[in-house]
Amino acid sequence: MRIVFKTSYDADIRLFKHGAQAFWYAVLLALAIAAPFLLGSFLTGEATNVLIWAICGMGLMLLVGQSGQASLGHAAFMAIGAYSCVLLQTLAGLPFLLAFPLAGVITGIVGAIFALPVTRLHGIYLAIATIAVSIMMEDIIVLSEPITGGVNGLFAPDIEIFGLNFNRYSNPSGLYWLVLAIAVLVALVYRNMQRSPLGRSFAAVRDSEISAQAMGINVARTKALAFGLSCAITGLGGALMGYFATIFNHETFNIVISINLLLMIVIGGLGTIHGAFLGAIVIGFLPQAIAFSRDAIGEWTGIGSIVVPGLESGIFALILIGFILLEPMGMYGRWVKIRTYFELFPFARRDMFRRQKTYLKTERIR
Amino acid sequence: MSLLELKNVTLKFGGLTAVNDVSFAVEKGEVFALVGPNGAGKSTIFNMISRFYTPYSGDILFEGKSILNKATHEIAGLGIARTFQNIELFEQASVLQNMLVGRYTHRRSNFLTEMLFTPFVRREEFAHREAVERAIDFLDLQPYREKMIAGLPYGVRKVVEMGRALAIEPKLLLLDEPASGLSVEETQDVAFWIEDIKKIMGITVLMVEHDMNLVSAVSDRVLALADGKTLAVGSPSEVQNDPAVIEAYLGSDDHEEAA
Repeated sequence: MRIVFKTSYDADIRLFKHGAQAFWYAVLLALAIAAPFLLGSFLTGEATNVLIWAICGMGLMLLVGQSGQASLGHAAFMAIGAYSCVLLQTLAGLPFLLAFPLAGVITGIVGAIFALPVTRLHGIYLAIATIAVSIMMEDIIVLSEPITGGVNGLFAPDIEIFGLNFNRYSNPSGLYWLVLAIAVLVALVYRNMQRSPLGRSFAAVRDSEISAQAMGINVARTKALAFGLSCAITGLGGALMGYFATIFNHETFNIVISINLLLMIVIGGLGTIHGAFLGAIVIGFLPQAIAFSRDAIGEWTGIGSIVVPGLESGIFALILIGFILLEPMGMYGRWVKIRTYFELFPFARRDMFRRQKTYLKTERIR
Repeated sequence: MSLLELKNVTLKFGGLTAVNDVSFAVEKGEVFALVGPNGAGKSTIFNMISRFYTPYSGDILFEGKSILNKATHEIAGLGIARTFQNIELFEQASVLQNMLVGRYTHRRSNFLTEMLFTPFVRREEFAHREAVERAIDFLDLQPYREKMIAGLPYGVRKVVEMGRALAIEPKLLLLDEPASGLSVEETQDVAFWIEDIKKIMGITVLMVEHDMNLVSAVSDRVLALADGKTLAVGSPSEVQNDPAVIEAYLGSDDHEEAA
């Protein structure tokens, strides 16, 4: 284990703890940039999909992992992002470079307004309220057919920036790099948030609303801000998903997407940027893996292609239950444990990560 | 002008009168202690000063101005910091992070500049950390700086909570049972710290405490409460020898004869 000898406050604030860490992230980024040359166009498309999921996941992670609010309705905000981005382009005639950030801003404002009344609820009640948003959003999209195209959906124009075309089929690598750049930017903003008073105020609201108030934090405002920022990021991800799908309707952003998002950040590891990416890899590749193994098993047993309704949801559910029971810290938490084991070898102890339970709690005031 | 003044404050929970017509004033630079048996209304008074509760009648003045029109989160900005009886720290954050939350009232950047982490935010962050390090040095918390609260022993948490309140750089510090659950040595440390908070930092302290040794060692004036009513105010020895106080703690002879 590397012990960093801190000689300035900057040692605590800077993005990477030490040179080696910065080096490995640079290698990772270089590999990610080089990926389209190493992978075929199909896998590049899949990687783009994973990155889009990761962006949406970071949005929800900010809300759930950082500020401790639950949301089962984030697909609704993905939809708002996607529809507003495309409509800003087609109806208002804005270029993508303007429409895309504006879509994020619009989604953020909608999210913050929604949060003001709803975040008075806690835990399961908040989750139910957000499910309602997700369900309502599907109906709103269908009902406002003149603008949204209703059930027939909306056709996303090609992304064009300074005359460069980022069509999914004609320029898969270009789209991949664009999404990668956005993902890195979002991760950077997320990291800045974590190391500034903003991130600490989120953590304060998450862990104890009473003492957050006593420290001068306006809890309602902070929760609305967390919701707004979370929705803005998710809206950006949703917009990208809309373009990636080329044509999308109300079903593209249904409740299952919301649940997948939540599942993704839980199995990735709550409260970490890594968790969003690891979870996105699982969510992105698992359906392919299931389809592939289903065909393989069918061929091997000679039954032919087996179709089991709900197989995918079932497997997702099993994975989620497994993680909650066996590794609540998610994949990133497991990785940290493995890394610590080798770093400290042979001095790692089993209960190093055991959390001390607290039984004392101030009686809830009000 | 007194720093903090309670004027005929009454608070009722339904039919129960938790605090009944209590008045007292805390002068600048003193250590003022509230004592009394359980359920006397000491913590309730604290919760009214930090605006978790609104008094039924009466007024609370801080630096001559009523604080009853302020929201709960505006109290810290006025310069009133507090700790909690049962420790309310942010469990999933380090000691340093917890204490940095105490600097929230000194935040001058907004969420947009913070997300971009502009040089201004970085400079501010340096200033916050310097202030927190002063509190860490003062309370000897260096070994725990990076530790998560969730893994810390009770005594250390108690001190961290005091440090977080000091990071606010308040004018008035409310300590709710600073020595409860602490060992004899730890209680002595707390006594020294309270002395230093008063003398070196110039912070006025209002505390609730059961440990009479600590109260008589550090406090300038003591107010004894029972059943929400004021029994006696004065120096620690005066209050300890007050017949009404002795009766509240030990019961009276008359009462025994009647039974």
